[in-house]
Amino acid sequence: MTYLEAIRSALLEEMDRDPAVVLLGEDIGVYGGAFKVTAGLLERFGWERVIDAPISETAIVGAAAGMSYLGLRPVAEMQFIDFIACAFNQVTNYVAKSHYLRGAPVPMVIRGPAGGGVHGGAFHSANPEMYFVHTPGLKVVYPATAYDAKGLLKSAIRDNNPVLFFEHKLLYRRIKEELPAEEYLVPLGKAAIRRPGRDLTIVTYAAMVHASLEAAAKLAGEGIEVEIVDLRTLLPLDRETILESVRRTNKLLVVHEDTRTGGIAGEIAALVSEAAFDELDGPIRRVTSLDTPVPFSPPLEAHFLPNAERIAAAARDLAKY
Amino acid sequence: MAVNVVMPQMGESIFEGTIIKWLKKPGDKVERDEPLFEISTDKVDAEIPAPAAGVLREIKIAEGQTVPVKTVVAVIEAAGAAPGPAVVKGQPPATQPRVPEKPVELPQPAAPAATETRGSREAIRSSPLVRRLAREKNIDLATVRGTGVGGRISKDDLLAAVAARPAAGGEPHAAPAAAGAAPHVALETAVPHERIYFGRYEVQPMSVMRQRIAEHMVLSKRVSPHVYSIDEADMTQVAQLRAAAKDEFEKQHRTKLTFMPFFVRACAEALRAFPMVNASVDGSNVVLHGEINIGIAVALDAGLIVPVVKNAGEKSFADLQLAINDLAERARGKKLKPEEVLESTFSITNPGIFGGLMGLPVINQPNAAILAIGAIQKRPVVVEDDAIAVRSMVYLVLSYDHRIVDGAIAHQFMGGIKQRLETWSEAVL
Repeated sequence: MTYLEAIRSALLEEMDRDPAVVLLGEDIGVYGGAFKVTAGLLERFGWERVIDAPISETAIVGAAAGMSYLGLRPVAEMQFIDFIACAFNQVTNYVAKSHYLRGAPVPMVIRGPAGGGVHGGAFHSANPEMYFVHTPGLKVVYPATAYDAKGLLKSAIRDNNPVLFFEHKLLYRRIKEELPAEEYLVPLGKAAIRRPGRDLTIVTYAAMVHASLEAAAKLAGEGIEVEIVDLRTLLPLDRETILESVRRTNKLLVVHEDTRTGGIAGEIAALVSEAAFDELDGPIRRVTSLDTPVPFSPPLEAHFLPNAERIAAAARDLAKY
Repeated sequence: MAVNVVMPQMGESIFEGTIIKWLKKPGDKVERDEPLFEISTDKVDAEIPAPAAGVLREIKIAEGQTVPVKTVVAVIEAAGAAPGPAVVKGQPPATQPRVPEKPVELPQPAAPAATETRGSREAIRSSPLVRRLAREKNIDLATVRGTGVGGRISKDDLLAAVAARPAAGGEPHAAPAAAGAAPHVALETAVPHERIYFGRYEVQPMSVMRQRIAEHMVLSKRVSPHVYSIDEADMTQVAQLRAAAKDEFEKQHRTKLTFMPFFVRACAEALRAFPMVNASVDGSNVVLHGEINIGIAVALDAGLIVPVVKNAGEKSFADLQLAINDLAERARGKKLKPEEVLESTFSITNPGIFGGLMGLPVINQPNAAILAIGAIQKRPVVVEDDAIAVRSMVYLVLSYDHRIVDGAIAHQFMGGIKQRLETWSEAVL
């Protein structure tokens, strides 16, 4: 099952399980979604539960919030997650604060394709997760594997508070895994160790988990054993798993596809230096995208994004430090 | 009767001394107060006289070794007693740590750890983790060799050091005691060794004096925020006075008349007017000195020493000159007494005698300021009525500790010196 099929499978299982789960988004019904994530769901669940919305992210999120007040569990699709910016006010001022201000939880999911590496240019490649990681009241999930995509989406739908679910479009069809036949959930807020190692920790998430694994395989051949922590959920952050890993390896490299300034690497670096300063045997380093919009030109995009070579080089330096 | 010869305490702050040279061999007769050996300490190099007359029976500490004060360095069989067999300890190779072989009357100083030690803690590159582990495992980081980038001590280096520790030990390596002469922070190298040794080179060990100078300079620059104020003085009148009085002065006092007493006198009077310049800093206290004791830097073959003209403000002009010349001469002959380099309250250095136009000196701690005198040169200067005249001019640079001396005081102080020099009225003979 691909990463994309795993997401579809989660939607399908949750809609089967709970009639309150409804989908809304642009072209998700008849067309099956820009990436075909929702293909076949209209036929199965009907137009009342798979709603083609007008091209207005503001309206989609606002309507989903209203539906959730009335007892539904809406899953709103952003055709590209970049366009969540149009719904920024609804998400950050309304949805995120509703439970806190009014005691009215908003059990909704906003999901959509994010990330670069597919020559999508500046409007179709963004990683806007940190706007929302900075917003108390939200949960932010960004899976790297098909297994997690399914298990986390199901948990997100069942969560009583708003969850932003970022799907990396590069992984949609590249990641294929055998998934368990029986139902399973992956809890929100728990990171996973993708590879154990003793020399340094790489904390990362989403597509960079795969680039980091590739780098780690290369470094293992040089005698450098890298531990890879896949955050899976960015908010709430799994502080314990990060700190435990740093206590084992004493060195930390944070890798993300998001741009550098204000990326979660800074937050993690602060966390580790506050909570585990005297566990550090070297400086905390970052490998991230450059502080520019995502370039459209393929060679420039390749230059912009982190990759396995860059991660390996940084890890090698840090291991040697 | 055997009389012990000990390493003398050359001033309160001196804890050790190095024997540079034995002037007598075992078996030699010595007179009381006859020079017996030469030492080098933090403060001075000096000849030490024999404490008793008799025969030098045993030399316990060989040349080149550094020992704590009061350590017995030799034994004299006092006159009248039958001399025993003379003994001398062999001189160890220069590479050995300088420790007393058999210190007497003092607790045995711990020998430095066999491990090669490095400089002070501050200069050791490690990491938060390494420092914590070192604390927990009682490891002195100075004894751990770093293999990380730039010699940094990594976790692996520390764990290797823990593993290599002798099982019986378990205790931290004793910090090198006074006798161990651990390199001071000043003697740390600024860059990795491999960047120093290249091509053809020769390695010269620093003398004890050189090391002390290095330490003192680093310490002073670290402790005192130096500010420099520059002024110039017209020395024409003083130069004329000196030229006219020179021969008569030498005839009367049997010593040369130099420019230095003029400067010392001018400084002493300015120091009296500005007591904050004649001061020392002790934590958050300023110690204003009641005496005006002026240290004068004397260049030696391979170093520098600052003997002190005590109570410079109370001496007659001739006595000032006599004291200055006497101290300088004995400094060059290694005949200074330790107390003669202590208790300065202000210092003067004279780069001008080597032709320097001016110099920016480093404060001689614990002084608050030091004056550098440039070369006295004839220069065209604008005088009254916009005329240009040839005058004997000198640049004066005051380095001062900005913790307690501000520019306003410094420049008024300099103005006082300048005025005194330019309007000299005191008789010199």
